[in-house]
Amino acid sequence: MLDTAEGYVTEDGRKIGGVVMEMKNITLRFGGVVAIQDISFDIRQGEIRAIIGPNGAGKSSMLNVISGFYNPQEGEVWYQGAKRPAMKPYEVAQQGIARTFQNIALFEGMSVLDNVMTGRIRQMSAGMVAQAIWKGKAEREEIKNREAVEKVIDFLEIQSIRKTPVGRLPYGLKKRVELARALAAEPSILLLDEPMAGMNVEEKEDMSRFILDVNDEFGTTIALIEHDMGVVMDLSDRVVVMDYGKKIGDGSPDEVRGNQAVIDAYLGVAHD
Amino acid sequence: MNQSLEAAEGLGSVPALLQRNATRFGGKPAYREKEYGIWQSWTWAETAAEIEALALGLINLGVNEGDFIAVIGRNRPYFYWAIVAAQSVGAVPVPLYQDASADEMAYVMEHCGARFAIVQDQEQVDKIIEIQDGLHQFEHMIYIDPRGMRKYDHHKLHEFSHIQQQGRAARDEFITDLQARRGKLNYDSICVMLYTSGTTGKPKGVVLSNRNIIEASKSSSGFDTLGPGEEVLAYLPMAWVGDFIFSIGQAYWCGFCVNCPESPETMMTDLREIGPTYYFAPPRVFETQLTNVMIRMEDAGRFKKWLFDRFMAHARKVGPAVLDGKSVGVWDRLKYMLGNILVYGPLKNTLGLSRVRVGYTAGEAIGPEIFEFYRSLGINLKQLYGQTEASVFITLQPDGEVRNDTVGVPAPGVELRIAENGEVFYRSPGTFEYYYKNETSTKDTKDTEGWVATGDAGFIDEDTGHLRIIDRAKDVGKMASGALFAPKYVENKLKFFPNILEAVVFGAGREECVAFINIDLTAVGNWAERNNIGYASYQELAGHPQVLKAIRAHVDEVNRSVAQDPMLSGCQIHRFVVLHKELDADDGEMTRTRKVRRRIVEEKYSDLLSALYDGLDEIFTTTEVTYEDGRKGAISATLKIVDAAVLPVPEHKVAAE
Repeated sequence: MLDTAEGYVTEDGRKIGGVVMEMKNITLRFGGVVAIQDISFDIRQGEIRAIIGPNGAGKSSMLNVISGFYNPQEGEVWYQGAKRPAMKPYEVAQQGIARTFQNIALFEGMSVLDNVMTGRIRQMSAGMVAQAIWKGKAEREEIKNREAVEKVIDFLEIQSIRKTPVGRLPYGLKKRVELARALAAEPSILLLDEPMAGMNVEEKEDMSRFILDVNDEFGTTIALIEHDMGVVMDLSDRVVVMDYGKKIGDGSPDEVRGNQAVIDAYLGVAHD
Repeated sequence: MNQSLEAAEGLGSVPALLQRNATRFGGKPAYREKEYGIWQSWTWAETAAEIEALALGLINLGVNEGDFIAVIGRNRPYFYWAIVAAQSVGAVPVPLYQDASADEMAYVMEHCGARFAIVQDQEQVDKIIEIQDGLHQFEHMIYIDPRGMRKYDHHKLHEFSHIQQQGRAARDEFITDLQARRGKLNYDSICVMLYTSGTTGKPKGVVLSNRNIIEASKSSSGFDTLGPGEEVLAYLPMAWVGDFIFSIGQAYWCGFCVNCPESPETMMTDLREIGPTYYFAPPRVFETQLTNVMIRMEDAGRFKKWLFDRFMAHARKVGPAVLDGKSVGVWDRLKYMLGNILVYGPLKNTLGLSRVRVGYTAGEAIGPEIFEFYRSLGINLKQLYGQTEASVFITLQPDGEVRNDTVGVPAPGVELRIAENGEVFYRSPGTFEYYYKNETSTKDTKDTEGWVATGDAGFIDEDTGHLRIIDRAKDVGKMASGALFAPKYVENKLKFFPNILEAVVFGAGREECVAFINIDLTAVGNWAERNNIGYASYQELAGHPQVLKAIRAHVDEVNRSVAQDPMLSGCQIHRFVVLHKELDADDGEMTRTRKVRRRIVEEKYSDLLSALYDGLDEIFTTTEVTYEDGRKGAISATLKIVDAAVLPVPEHKVAAE
């Protein structure tokens, strides 16, 4: 078992710290449907943690629990060494947890720049009147935030679409803009819900590169859900496998790959 | 003499010009680069300081006089500084194409024996690490963008800004050494070594001295009265001689500002924001811009389309005359002015060409319609003819004497001579010193009197005194009948159609000419969309019967026009095939500057070629392709062979002796 307090060093020399978030015996029900059943796992500082599983396994529900969108009926979420009370998503965001969505939730009519700027909402404090007059504090704030946003735009190489309305962009780029918006919030934990869904090979490679770069450059902890096994196994440090709301595996990509329960869940077994 | 005068003024090198500009234009911007969404700028004084810091850092790193330093990256101020810093310490900068494959890079780095390389980012660093073991002289690498570089072994790898910091810290220690090294530079010292892309064989290192670069810059700046107020956009490959002359030679001679785009993709936006006054683009860029305009006009409303068509027709009629200052009727002039308000002005603004005072195109022939289009808008677009070995300029078109089919009069200081076989020779102060480590080629190209063979066949137009280029001298051949065969002449006519991106014509020693054709995916794709033709890939679109029909119509039209020329009427195309893939530099079918490598194409597609001559209706073929990351794959297709209409060749065969 891993030590809770101390971290470990990955093969490529990245230092993974202690546990920052821990799920303890989470159970989530929708009426009679049990979406998540008694699941526990942890996320460590600086690691890339994947949650995988077949369709309907409860992966997105799990991510929604982390982001505060669902509050589980049973179990506890521990964040930075303290138990987290039931929270609204915006409160979770204020704690430094940002996310992207499976089915892209951007403002289609707004430019890429404006969309990414909305990620900075947490860093803005000027009042509505000040914002409207746009002098003094509001102006200074905007300049500061714009600078941060431009660094993200530069980082994700989307300079050429800065002023383009999001609605006109192809799918792969929209995904990147969503990542940009999440990054603009300077999160300590980044949740990615199927960042590569629907992408072609080249777009997947680009996205993988960016995820690794984000983790490497900013030391951001990343939890991601992904279907593409190749991508997951290459990217992540540790993988949680879910099936029918239950955890059936947890460990390094190699451990998970050799786990019989996981193989059965993915390849299917004959039911007698 | 001019040369000694320059030497007396102490302006015998690019670093010396930098010192002059730092004093004379100290507060004026020398470089701008768009980064983080705004234009960052550096004055000449700041530039001199940045370059000095880097130069000191290079001395600190152990750069000796005469060392070669490879510079690999896209147009950014840092790379221009790197070039001048290398010159300042007595080293020779060697800019390389950043999209070159590892093999191509390995060859060049080994050939010049570079000890150092200054590169853009992780991608380039990885590429050099891959080839490093084969380069026995190579020592240190400097990179600009630190992203993703943290985990690399930094014993022989340095960040650009750190080298500058070390240079600043060691200023007291090395400044006298730097001044001494800078002081030694003169007209004879090497300014830069540029590798020619080489349509045949291995690239050759062209050594250009300070004399070559400064004299060529001085006389060409004088020719177009370029001054310190110009703005240029540096977006063409730094390894190409043109960029070196425009962004370093002329920029340092005149003291004007070089603007670097944010990224290659934002180039058009940045062009619009800067509004250059002096602009160079290869015909391909103008072609793409025009195609985009036309596509957008097709999608525009009916009124706008009508307005555009009407005023463009008027512009074609009187625009060039207005531009050349010839007399135009009052009514026509008024109408042109109205058109300028309604159509030409806004269009020029959209293209980013509102402020262009001098515009040039070169490298390939430009389609007459494309050329006329820009000129009729009032953009002073001209042609020039040049090559690396001449420090660009051989001939230039003077204002008011612009023609589509010539390349102009000899540039100031250039002498021209046409050899017996039609090959063009020149001699000028810009003529290169020698090919590095290649005496044989030097002797073959440059004779003892300094005359250089261009490898192009051409003649001087008797009426105007302008040079007209027909084709590469070695490509001009004879057909079996003895008729003159000039493939480029026909290919250019084909390429003037927006639907045709590339064409390769064969026929030397044969009875008939045949052609390979690449369609232009943007133009044909848009046409397909408007006509509800579905396609999944380039290959599918290229093989579509209606596309073939359209291309056939173009070929027929070219044949009609070729038949008009008594000398070249034998070059009509009898059969052609639309290739299933685009010719690509990654596959070695083109050079990095996108010139077709005829021999390689001929060899690679020999099955298609024999099918064309055997009179087959279709052929199945498999072709190997190389992806950008170096992996290989194969695509196969069944290609239709299309017959074109050929006009009878008149009996009086001129070239048949």
